[in-house]
Amino acid sequence: MIEIEEGGIATTIQDLGRTGHYHIGMPPSGAMDRYAHTVANYLVGNDADAATVEMTYQGITATFREDAVIAITGADMSPRVNGDPIETWRSVAVEAGDELALSFATEGARAYLAVAGGIDVPKVMGSGSTYTLVGIGGHEGRALEAGDELSIGESNDGDELVGTRVGDEYVPTYADEETVRIVLGLTDYRLTEAAKETLCNAEWTVSSEADRVGYRLEGPDLEFEEREQPFGAGTDPSNVVDLGYPIGSIQVPNQPIVLMQDAVTGGGYATVGTVISADRGLLAQRQTHDSVYFEAVDVDDAHAAREERNERLEAVRAAIDGGI
Amino acid sequence: MSDKTTITSPMPGVFYRRPDPDDPPFVEPGDEVEEGETVGLVEVMKNFHDIEADSSGTVGEFLVEDEAEIEADQPLVEVE
Repeated sequence: MIEIEEGGIATTIQDLGRTGHYHIGMPPSGAMDRYAHTVANYLVGNDADAATVEMTYQGITATFREDAVIAITGADMSPRVNGDPIETWRSVAVEAGDELALSFATEGARAYLAVAGGIDVPKVMGSGSTYTLVGIGGHEGRALEAGDELSIGESNDGDELVGTRVGDEYVPTYADEETVRIVLGLTDYRLTEAAKETLCNAEWTVSSEADRVGYRLEGPDLEFEEREQPFGAGTDPSNVVDLGYPIGSIQVPNQPIVLMQDAVTGGGYATVGTVISADRGLLAQRQTHDSVYFEAVDVDDAHAAREERNERLEAVRAAIDGGI
Repeated sequence: MSDKTTITSPMPGVFYRRPDPDDPPFVEPGDEVEEGETVGLVEVMKNFHDIEADSSGTVGEFLVEDEAEIEADQPLVEVE
């Protein structure tokens, strides 16, 4: 059992998400940075879908009430065990009574704590992920607070992995990752040609309104093609007749909002592009006030990037199994 | 003999000195504060987080403007 002493500012339990319910308005939720989440799990001998603790900007302080093997990946929150710094992207043994304390994020925005055996939470619609807007999943459907107790699942081979660290080539440098690739569409025809160029060339800044639902970006205004709005679209030029919003889609009520894992699933804003799945984790690691640039690619490039990301994760898993 | 401490922000966001735009600031320089008393707010991810005095004392200089964009670990206010 893990006893939470300080919950941080937005700490939730996440796995790879709740798929198959989007049509009823249920977003997938799941880890915002799937790469970091998955590597943390591999480091402790878990499957990719085991539940981890996702911490945003500010980490937790917690006491382990049993021996465990842990790994922390993602944003650097200077983790310490009993006051001594521990390495990230590495599997570490902790003993009953040990206190794990993380600070604020100095690089990246989200850190993941994986525990051998996974965080044991009930599955709701097939997932342990927390979706706080409706209060389901994870630990009581909400962010963690002081006094919460998390159960740890049964583990097979975490002990054998203690001391394993992933190679530097597999550790992202979040501070440098300011370009995310997008595919233009579904309704980019609503933007003027000049606005499409602006979308792809401008420096965008992550606003303080950027969370698991969406990342609101600030930058130049985007102009829409003039038209007589069709019935059902509403009067604002950024409105279209309702459509489903893909995860990662960039909607432009005036300035871009990129929809993330807890997305609103549909509505009437023009979605003028979609951040590709391979790069959404990098966007999720951008802090408030950080810069973001969009680079337009086609769907084939997006698929290739996803394949490449999956191959990287496979290589990490193979290296961990081989004892790096 | 006075110990000066500087309260820093645990997160990036926007710093507010007032609970509401129409309200007076939580504290002004020269005010006495107790440990744990709120001296400002940081807004991030559509949430407001209290910035509390980590020791009792006299509020010194504010190092950032009201409604300024701040980074994690940025010094906000001194308490003597």
